[in-house]
Amino acid sequence: MIGTLAAGLFGTGVPPVTNSYESIATVNVGSGGTSSISFTSIPSTYKHLQIRLIARTNRNDQNGDFFQTTFNGDTAANYSWHFLQGNGSSVGAVGNGSQSMMETNRIPTALIGANVFGAIVIDILDYADTNKYKTIRSLGGYDGNGTGEIYFNSGSWRSTSAVNSITLNNSGSRTIQQYSHAALYGIKG
Amino acid sequence: MAAGSTYTPIATTTLGSAQASVTFSSLGSYTDLIVVLTPIRSTSDTNTIFRFNGDSGSNYSATAMYGDGSTAASYRLTSYGWLNAGYTTTNQQTQIVQIMNYGNTTTHKSVLVRQSNTGSAAQAIVGRWANTAAITSVVFSLENGTNFATGSTFTLYGIQAA
Repeated sequence: MIGTLAAGLFGTGVPPVTNSYESIATVNVGSGGTSSISFTSIPSTYKHLQIRLIARTNRNDQNGDFFQTTFNGDTAANYSWHFLQGNGSSVGAVGNGSQSMMETNRIPTALIGANVFGAIVIDILDYADTNKYKTIRSLGGYDGNGTGEIYFNSGSWRSTSAVNSITLNNSGSRTIQQYSHAALYGIKG
Repeated sequence: MAAGSTYTPIATTTLGSAQASVTFSSLGSYTDLIVVLTPIRSTSDTNTIFRFNGDSGSNYSATAMYGDGSTAASYRLTSYGWLNAGYTTTNQQTQIVQIMNYGNTTTHKSVLVRQSNTGSAAQAIVGRWANTAAITSVVFSLENGTNFATGSTFTLYGIQAA
């Protein structure tokens, strides 16, 4: 999508046709928080999906908390993921195979100021194609004025099934806090 | 089911002459904003920076990582007077600024930036404006106070969640 937009800008200087991007569903986390955010009954009529979110968790032993993504309720060891990370002073890279989920960026915790929410944009490519494994990419992070992390992640689900549901949760039994917000969009091909 | 098309172009500016800043002040009612920039500096290499609602106080912070072809590194901006959209030269480049949930009045505002400069670096930034006010304007300028060059483009889009 961004590539298309940029091409439109560079090529003609005229905004591109933008009726190819549609809002599908939104989750607003209410009082008391939630253990996970799910999108279900996702129609297979788009080419790609995008999730845009802001969130924080109630973790209280680290500044950041991993968000994790699974598809179609599958929590078996069918995922792999990699990421690049910057923490303000150094960069690092981590990857793991045969995982039960895809690590998908980090968001701030209760140790960061109450109004600080991390941001993540997740692209799920060819999610309905039954001839290939599914891949995702995400950009996200948080900043707490003196602490923070920026992540660029990739993930793979080794299944040819169309993705019809997506679950986002944190890396433990903690809750995603009130005012967290996630929106699912479909991009036509 | 889908609520309808979004990712709506709000405003576009292509500089016909050198100019010190570009302001978007009619942001509409969307969930997120995306600004796609192709800035070119006119005098000397510097950062493209941006501020919200005319606030030039030390209310901005950011964490970034970049690779310049030989080195990967990370840096942080603490209690700054602006956010960084990327190092700006005479090279062809794109800076994409995503302003998340800009209209809410509960959270500090989070921003994601990706910069691709063909001659210097690829960079990703997460930024924060420590203010719960809804964002009503965004102004882009150069850190060193010089002008954007002719041909620089700035396009604002709005995305509306269902």
